[in-house]
Amino acid sequence: MTLSPQTTQAIRNAADSHGGAKAAMLEALKLVQAAEGYVSDAHLAEAAAKLGVSTAEIDSLATFYSHIFRSPVGETVILLCDGLSCYLCGGDAVRDAVMQKLGIGFGETTPDGKFTLINVCCIGGCDVAPAALVGPDRKLVGPLSADDLTQLIGGGR
Amino acid sequence: MSVRIEIDGRIIEAKAGDDLLSVCLSHGIDVPYFCWHGALGSLGACRQCAVRVYSGPDDATGKIVMSCMTPATDGLRVSVADPEASNFRARVIEWLMVNHPHDCPVCEEAGSCHLQDMTVATGHNERRYRFDKRTHRNQDLGPLLTHEMNRCIACYRCTRFYRDYAGGRDLDAFGAHDNVYFGRAEDGVLESPFAGNLAEVCPTGVFNDKGWSHDYARKWDMRAAPSICPHCAVGCNLFVSERDGRVRRVQNRYHGALNGYFLCDRGRFGPLHVVSPQRFTAPQIAGAVVSEHDAVVAARAAIEQGAIGIGSPRASLEANYALRKLVGAERFFAGVSDAEAKLVRRIVEILRAGPGQIATLSEIEACDAVLVLGEDLTNVAPRIALSLRQTARGAERALATQKGVAHWLDQAVRTAGEGRRSPIVLATPAPDALDDVASLSLRLDPLSIAAFGDAVATALAGGDAPNKAVNIANVLAASERPLIIAGASLGAAQIVEAAAAIVAALGTKARIVLIAPEANSLGLALLGGDGVEAAAAALEADVARNVIVLENELFERAPRGAVDRLFAAATTVVALDALTTEISARADVALPVAAFSESAGTFVNYEGRAQRFFAAVQPQEYAPASWRRLAALGAGDWATLDAIIKDLIADQPELVGVVGAAPDASCSCAHGKIARAPRPLSAHTADDRAGRDPAATPKPDPDSPLSFGMEGARGADVPAALLTGYETHGLHSANAVTRFEEEIGGPLRGGDPGARLFKQGDAALSPAAPFAPIDGHGPLLVPLDDVFSGSETGRASALLAARAPAPRLLLHPDDAAALGLAECASVMLDGVACAAPLTLEPKLARGVVAVSVGKLLPRGPLRRVVVEAAR
Amino acid sequence: MSETPLTGRAQPDREPHRFAEWQRLGGYDALRGALKRHSPEALVAIVEASGLRGRGGAGFLTGTKWRLMRKAAEAAGEGPRYLCVNGDEMEPGSFKDRLLMEALPHQLIEGAMLAAYAVGATEVIILVRDAYRAAAVALTRAITEAESAGLLGRNILGSGFGLKMRLHASAGRYIVGEETALIAAIEGERPVPRHRPPYPAQSGLWGRPTTVNNVETLSAVPHIVQNGAEWFQKLSRTEEGGTKLYGISGRVNRPQLIEAPMGTPAGELIEMAGGIRDGRKLLAFQPGGGATAFLQEADLDVPMDFAHVKKAGSSLGTGAVIVLDDQSCPVAAIGRHARFYARESCGLCTPCRDGLPWVAKLLDALEAGHGTQQDIDLLHMHVELAGPSGRSFCDLMAGAMTPVKSGLERFGDIFAAHLKGHCPVGRS
Ligand SMILES: Cc1cc2nc3c(=O)[nH]c(=O)nc-3n(C[C@H](O)[C@H](O)[C@H](O)COP(=O)(O)O)c2cc1C
Ligand code: SF4
Ligand code: FES
Repeated sequence: MTLSPQTTQAIRNAADSHGGAKAAMLEALKLVQAAEGYVSDAHLAEAAAKLGVSTAEIDSLATFYSHIFRSPVGETVILLCDGLSCYLCGGDAVRDAVMQKLGIGFGETTPDGKFTLINVCCIGGCDVAPAALVGPDRKLVGPLSADDLTQLIGGGR
Repeated sequence: MSVRIEIDGRIIEAKAGDDLLSVCLSHGIDVPYFCWHGALGSLGACRQCAVRVYSGPDDATGKIVMSCMTPATDGLRVSVADPEASNFRARVIEWLMVNHPHDCPVCEEAGSCHLQDMTVATGHNERRYRFDKRTHRNQDLGPLLTHEMNRCIACYRCTRFYRDYAGGRDLDAFGAHDNVYFGRAEDGVLESPFAGNLAEVCPTGVFNDKGWSHDYARKWDMRAAPSICPHCAVGCNLFVSERDGRVRRVQNRYHGALNGYFLCDRGRFGPLHVVSPQRFTAPQIAGAVVSEHDAVVAARAAIEQGAIGIGSPRASLEANYALRKLVGAERFFAGVSDAEAKLVRRIVEILRAGPGQIATLSEIEACDAVLVLGEDLTNVAPRIALSLRQTARGAERALATQKGVAHWLDQAVRTAGEGRRSPIVLATPAPDALDDVASLSLRLDPLSIAAFGDAVATALAGGDAPNKAVNIANVLAASERPLIIAGASLGAAQIVEAAAAIVAALGTKARIVLIAPEANSLGLALLGGDGVEAAAAALEADVARNVIVLENELFERAPRGAVDRLFAAATTVVALDALTTEISARADVALPVAAFSESAGTFVNYEGRAQRFFAAVQPQEYAPASWRRLAALGAGDWATLDAIIKDLIADQPELVGVVGAAPDASCSCAHGKIARAPRPLSAHTADDRAGRDPAATPKPDPDSPLSFGMEGARGADVPAALLTGYETHGLHSANAVTRFEEEIGGPLRGGDPGARLFKQGDAALSPAAPFAPIDGHGPLLVPLDDVFSGSETGRASALLAARAPAPRLLLHPDDAAALGLAECASVMLDGVACAAPLTLEPKLARGVVAVSVGKLLPRGPLRRVVVEAAR
Repeated sequence: MSETPLTGRAQPDREPHRFAEWQRLGGYDALRGALKRHSPEALVAIVEASGLRGRGGAGFLTGTKWRLMRKAAEAAGEGPRYLCVNGDEMEPGSFKDRLLMEALPHQLIEGAMLAAYAVGATEVIILVRDAYRAAAVALTRAITEAESAGLLGRNILGSGFGLKMRLHASAGRYIVGEETALIAAIEGERPVPRHRPPYPAQSGLWGRPTTVNNVETLSAVPHIVQNGAEWFQKLSRTEEGGTKLYGISGRVNRPQLIEAPMGTPAGELIEMAGGIRDGRKLLAFQPGGGATAFLQEADLDVPMDFAHVKKAGSSLGTGAVIVLDDQSCPVAAIGRHARFYARESCGLCTPCRDGLPWVAKLLDALEAGHGTQQDIDLLHMHVELAGPSGRSFCDLMAGAMTPVKSGLERFGDIFAAHLKGHCPVGRS
């Protein structure tokens, strides 16, 4: 599977707007991820080729940043905050509840491919703690409760 | 400007602004470190080099700083011994050990490991971390290097060397926090031809020499000898290490003016040809193995009947001299084409005449404008290419200095330099690995390169020239230290003359590098002699009946037709070689001789520097040094290397400098002879000492002041040219070299080894001989060199061969179309089928056909070849 | 004149204003006035006089920083100069810049333009953390609007001053907020801190003179320029000028963002946030995010500005007050932070890369009741070694060890109790 012409064009544009191929590497990774859900080895190599950088160089960034996914993720990615404020407001109970409900741990994807659960550091949602970011737009949800996980996983489950 | 600082009570003069760690190390003060490196500068990552500094006499408390990140300023007081600083250094080791495997017993590095040395030095010896270790998966990085990531301590030296210093792009740092990983994006061969240096740059056992790992011996069980790389004209200095009579590995031997800290992979792995199955070990007559006696008798008979001698640019000066002595100067021929013999002699003449100074590698790095005419440096003289990568950074360094950035803060210099590059112009026929650092790359055929060079010279002299040439002339004229690089690899004397003309126009500020094809091409040229065509003609003219060929696969160096004529005209062909070659196989009498690692001798490099190599392995009786073999055949009465050198300089007084390449065998240090073996440490060596292991009772070495045993001098007691290792108390890795440098990156204590034979201006330059017209039809032939292939010796190294690309045949697509040839076509060159299929290369110059040299084609003078589709 | 100049105009649903609407509310008046009336030097002087301190955590005087930039830039010659806006906000407990970027993008843009004019920057790059997608959308739109209105680009409002502005979207990683790492991130290098000197003003983004300022810092600038340094000074309850965005979170009834005069005591802020949750008692609070030392009951009256909090033994940091009640186990709380900092270490320097994960594991063991006295000794060792900064490459590690240090000091008994396998305060 190759990248769509739109993504390819957007990567090229990023090189213009960001001050060169190197400076655009992260933006390219984000574009690939926005289009494909995650950054596969093949797409990584393709993005590198479009920018004229080496695969190692772009992967060096991809593996540094925690929000670039280098392996497949579910349709909905839940980034659950494990910061102190959320913990103080009952974050662990929400964590346990969602893990139980989905039957997965951090870094895992449900067998049906619907959800991936990832723990992340403080997401700046301490006023709505416990909080999480959900979906491709990183929608901030909270305060979460262990009894009602609709904000996290919708009504479907 | 120099400053005075006080280090634990000692007053020290330092260069203002140098980093404290360098100052300490060059004054023999031990401060542990990891990420700092003499050529890579300071990074501040490992935090191992902590010391306490007091800003002045009134500062009683001071503070802990990283010495590598702290400039030496006047009046600074430093305490390395400070208890808090020493404790911090021990804790840094404790942190590094959190995840480091305790695998020293099975780790190649153990015994010469910087991490081990630093651990012992800081005194950390108790494990308190009680949780699980983080583990990594390793990669297959190809045939040359091992990868064992769990041993990594994240000093970032590998990426700083590989990427920042050597320009490689397929190795990088991945991940973050305590999960940083150094490797490739995926398994695969490390692309850079300098990758081998990782084995020495890495302070632990992550990257190691794979060949050595597979044929492993502990450092303290190996003997090492100072040697010279036999694989190109640069003449990098090597340590060659052996155990049980078998060479196991080659390492860099620091030379301040030449290779510094780094080798290319050809130099590191090529010398392993001496352990190849292609070694020639049993005397032969007409292809059948015979006794040594019979073969020698046959050879003597051939000589008595009258023989010419054909020397070799890969044999030592002494071996070539012995051959010349045996057959007489008028019957001595260079084992290369006539054209090459002439061209290299002309190179010698130009180098001697001046006005350009011959640039050492460290001088190349300090030049501020460079024009390369015709040489594909990465493949022809790789270590020079690595230097040019540093030259390119000159403009960046200048801007950073202007902004007040310390020169050792390498990363900061890169940023502050705003990407500026010193002007480097490449005029070459084929895409060049240095294109990424060149300010201008011109793809031209060899004659156009020469014409372009002439135009630059004309412009410099104020004459009319095309714009491009004028621009470059202006850049060269405006620079302080311009450098012109050219050489023999395209076989075009025109190019060398053009380079000489530019240098003449630039005057004494100019630097020049003229690259000859091989490790001892210049040495051979100094002995005189025409090429193989002339040799064949001599036989045909009955000057003599027979021929002796010295260490030479002539088919690689001279036209096949000429070599065939030689065989046809000679009654008896006698070949001496350490390798089986087509010549040795076809010879009537073939005698094995020692390889470079089993004998001592002298090579003369591109600078005209005579450099001595010594035997790493005790020579076998069946394979004496060539010059000994020739002496036995009647060349002279030389029992030692010093004796033959004495005769050589008596015959040719202008070569008197050769004596100074290294101290002679009579040299004796405080502890007598110099030991090749490290200090006796293992049980095995206890046996040796008791004399129970007969193989371990070494014979004396008449050709050097080195002993094959353990007893004797080593380390700091030893003259620079005779170093067998950086033996220092408590330091066992390559990092100990700082103890042997006058200053970091500077010359070795007592002066860098080798003797420069040429003084610029000591010969007048005769006018250039008229160029032979390039007759015929078809494109000009461009020989393609390859760093991993080299000549017959390099290809005999299994490690290097594993990296060698398939032979190539390139045409520009438009030229191919005009010839009716498509990609992958089978092609005939001058009516002979070429083994490589056609590759279309849009970046190739027009009007040339580029073909891998060595296997497919011999080197030779510039010529046209008829290219046509194979029938 | 509002008492909440920074947030007063935000719409309740955080919907950012469209350009026209924003102009009606007085938006860009400060810029228009400044381009007409003030030289860059004069702007620097106004901000200097206002006493504005950087809101990114360190509290460095903004006017001084700008002056240093102007000075250092002299040596750099012709070429681009940069202002980087630090919108990485990843310090645990901090959520102030989020509102400023999401709901009030034009205010930030105007502040950045004024700052760029003052320091002589030719391009502004706003780095926004990945979690703040709404902020990125709002800023992108606002930049476009400002461009269409002729407020960005060449020769703005006929003043001769020209400026480009763009976003750089990050993708996680706390260290990106460290100013030299942020510069590396924008260059496309691994966002690893760089040694100072050279300072960004000397050799910053792509080696050019660069200033890095926090979002809140810059958001205050239009108001200072419009209303004067004296007005700004008077907003504050202490010598340090202005209002401050305080984030109150943790065990309070209504965690929230509060804009209050600089120097408002934590006690008042906690009251404004509805007091301690469920009527419990305060155990401790961190006044300025995860990397600040704990304060307790006795410190509730300390004016929350840089100087006073420092005097009380902690630091104002980002003004993110994290509240622990008497049922919050400090060992667990510190452990959370430790895991965060260990995970967010860039991996460059040894003490942080290999020390922090060890610290986190020690705290985990202690929290779980598997700890030993040696574990506590080792925590002390890490505290001591990380203590005076300069031993790790950047300030991340020293920050990370701050709550550990203060926790061991203040809650030694609770740590000791954990050695016996039980927690005297924890809820469960
Ligand atoms: C580890 C670390 C993380 C930081 N993160 C941020 C951040 O997210 N946002 C921020 O504005 N400053 C952050 N800073 C401070 C910046 O380095 C810098 O001081 C600040 O952006 C300057 O802006 P100011 O002068 O307006 O405060 C961080 C510092 C460190 C050491
Ligand atoms: S303290 Fe060291 S490892 Fe930690 S974030 Fe800073 S530079 Fe990176
Ligand atoms: S050598 Fe100084 S920090 Fe690594």
